[in-house]
Amino acid sequence: MPTKIKVDNVRKSFQNDKVRLQVIEGLDFEVNDGEFVAIVGPSGCGKTTLMNIIAGFLAPDSGAVHVNGVVRDGPNRKGIMITQQGSVFPWLTVKQNLLFGLPDDTPNREALADEYAALVGLKGFENNYPHELSGGMLKRAEIARALVVKPEILYMDEPFSALDALMSLRMQNELLRILAIEKHTVMLITHDVEEAIHLADRILVLSPRPTRIQASFDVPFAHPRRVSSPEAQALRVAILKELGVAESV
Amino acid sequence: MKFLKQAVPSIIVLAVVVALWWYTVIATQSAIFPTPKQVVLGTLELASDGTLWQHIGASLMRVGAGFALAVALAIPLGLWMGWVHGAFVTLNPLFQIMRPISPIAWIPIAILWFGVGNASPIFLIFIASVFPMIVQTTVGVHTIEKRYLRAAENFGVPRSRLFLKVVFPATLPEIIVGMRIGLGVAWLVVVAAEMIALRSGLGYMIMDSRNAGNRYDLVIAGMIIIGLIGLMLDGFMRLLEGMKIVRWRYAH
Repeated sequence: MPTKIKVDNVRKSFQNDKVRLQVIEGLDFEVNDGEFVAIVGPSGCGKTTLMNIIAGFLAPDSGAVHVNGVVRDGPNRKGIMITQQGSVFPWLTVKQNLLFGLPDDTPNREALADEYAALVGLKGFENNYPHELSGGMLKRAEIARALVVKPEILYMDEPFSALDALMSLRMQNELLRILAIEKHTVMLITHDVEEAIHLADRILVLSPRPTRIQASFDVPFAHPRRVSSPEAQALRVAILKELGVAESV
Repeated sequence: MKFLKQAVPSIIVLAVVVALWWYTVIATQSAIFPTPKQVVLGTLELASDGTLWQHIGASLMRVGAGFALAVALAIPLGLWMGWVHGAFVTLNPLFQIMRPISPIAWIPIAILWFGVGNASPIFLIFIASVFPMIVQTTVGVHTIEKRYLRAAENFGVPRSRLFLKVVFPATLPEIIVGMRIGLGVAWLVVVAAEMIALRSGLGYMIMDSRNAGNRYDLVIAGMIIIGLIGLMLDGFMRLLEGMKIVRWRYAH
């Protein structure tokens, strides 16, 4: 598979009064086209900063991010970010949110929006405002708004962390169902190791700040996965061990 | 039913105030200060000969004109100042100095520039309501949550769409708050302005009633009508807050 994203010796620090905080120290990795890579790491290690750099919202101090072999110099519609807080516009209806990213000259613009609303299970809610939706439905709307512009990459920063455990699991299954149809490259940041094992092809474990890649795990299990299987649990323990959490199976 | 239940305490308070007023006037045997009954009779007298409606119409027309002009200037200017940092740092100090000047202080200048016709009070209302609306609109743009602007940036939409679908609707709740403040101040000011130079309007009616034979029943009738109309105007602005497109902001 060709390389989609290449993170090349990226460094980033923040200046806070007189203290210089090195957040990312020389990070290198690649993500293949169509691959689902999850990133886990201790809180405050710079996962979100890293994601913002890869998605183009932040510039690295040195090093570069290449997407399709081109140096990234800002966000664009080929890679859409989905965050924990969510950013569905509360003043637009679900349908208007879906139409937002579609240029006026898109063929069958309206039909496309309806199709993606239906894809995420929001048929019948197109004309509702976000405050009329539940947390899970809001997340679906956000995913649909991202997918409708046909991005190549999804950047997901703790996308389901604000949902309750059951809804989070449900949304994970929904995401897998949709990805089976749409085949995106996905980068997922999560603190939930089981979520990472459930979804990802590969899991990168980041070290505490200044962060670098501490370990990388392939997840060789076929979908649909059972996180409770002995193999998956063994993987979970191994990842937790890297994160400094000792746990017996 | 719930509304009625909530209204009961305030109705009781109003009734107590009226009763106290009535009792005090009788107890002190005041020759000038009217009883509530005299005020009601005076109001009916004005209403039946039609002058009351003329005064109300004149005041509302002036407020409408001055307020509309202020809205037409304040919203585009506030959006521009909120979005363009250079415009903000250039103009904000000027407006911050102008804002605390009471519109009443502008009356001599209004008369100098516009004479004693309708233009003076319209100008005063404009001056009174334009600054709070500019400030509130600017604040509205400044407080747009960054996650929404980032999402818009992510989709790489043209500037026109960014403005129409994100910046303006995100600011609209603050704009409506500004309009509520602006209209409230405008109504305060029109009455004051009419007391000085004009021959119509509720402010004029109050001064004229006093000057033409100490008709304090009509003075108080005018005051109560001003209060009731102010309440109604605010009610109209609150209807705007009920629009679905801004409900997200006020809901919690």
